[in-house]
Amino acid sequence: MKDATANYQCLTIQQVCAGEQLPELQHEVTATSVILGALASRDWRPMHHDRDFAQQRNRTRDIFMNTPNQAAWLERYITDWAGPTARIGRYKFRMGDSICPGDTMVFSGSVEGIETDEQSCCWVNLSIALCVNGDPKTRFTARVALPKDLKDNPWARTGTQWQP
Amino acid sequence: MSAEDNFTIGLEEAHSWLGKKRHEVVGEFDVERGYIWSACAAVQNGNPLYWDEELAQQLTNGATAPLTLLSAWFRPHYWMPNRDTIPLPWQTHFDLKTTLALPEAVATDSEVAFGEPVRPGDRISCSETLQSLSEVKKTKLGAGRFWVIDTVCHNQQEAWVGTETMTGFGYRSQNVS
Repeated sequence: MKDATANYQCLTIQQVCAGEQLPELQHEVTATSVILGALASRDWRPMHHDRDFAQQRNRTRDIFMNTPNQAAWLERYITDWAGPTARIGRYKFRMGDSICPGDTMVFSGSVEGIETDEQSCCWVNLSIALCVNGDPKTRFTARVALPKDLKDNPWARTGTQWQP
Repeated sequence: MSAEDNFTIGLEEAHSWLGKKRHEVVGEFDVERGYIWSACAAVQNGNPLYWDEELAQQLTNGATAPLTLLSAWFRPHYWMPNRDTIPLPWQTHFDLKTTLALPEAVATDSEVAFGEPVRPGDRISCSETLQSLSEVKKTKLGAGRFWVIDTVCHNQQEAWVGTETMTGFGYRSQNVS
């Protein structure tokens, strides 16, 4: 049977080192990207699409990116690097300042550690920052399962085999 | 000292919520691929897991949704017939604000753990549980209480698909000393 993963870069745990830096991801934020992300996550609150409301009620510069949209960018950032066989187990974040149209978001990250759990699932622990003009706006940590080798598939784990 | 001054308004009621399921919600629609592609397009997510059906079949036994889209599947419609109010996500967060008479509240931290992948056709349900409620704390925002709320999500087969854990801080800004 043809291996569909052969068409894509899929990192295995053997290809990752603690301390490794992830490639940066840069994106110019527009009103469209804020609103698209809010609607895609079914967040209808006006501070994510109505500038007057955001400025007057939230005292922000403009409409601002909602939390699930930031999480979606995080997911993209991780899988751009690790490929489709990577499976996110958990992530944690702390938000600081708002991200508004006109900002240039820059995601950067590093591998903080590598471990194998008692079910032989291989994990990388990532530390990721979302910055604008060099200032961290949101800090994330993420625990991501990577294949042990080219035959392994973290997505195949169910029940007690999956301990995120 | 009054109940307001020592932050004991509603405290007994709020404590009674600890560890108990509240606000059980069933998603108002089935998970569907149009939303999945809209969500990927919004962040230019080219992960082939969501675009290459052959790959999805091999890795995940068919199409799945981006993990971070989990909360979308139980967000209520903006409007529907015969409904006067829109249910709020994190309803317990807002209940705590009201019950404890804390006019301001912010979410300080959030953590999400993912279980079984969500698939087109799934119907996601969730319930909230208040996990902890702190003593009175003073921060630069004001004086109030921290709380931790879990939203636990399952699919229609009762398989666990994820848990969102939110830390909130409800406070009164005028009580900063």
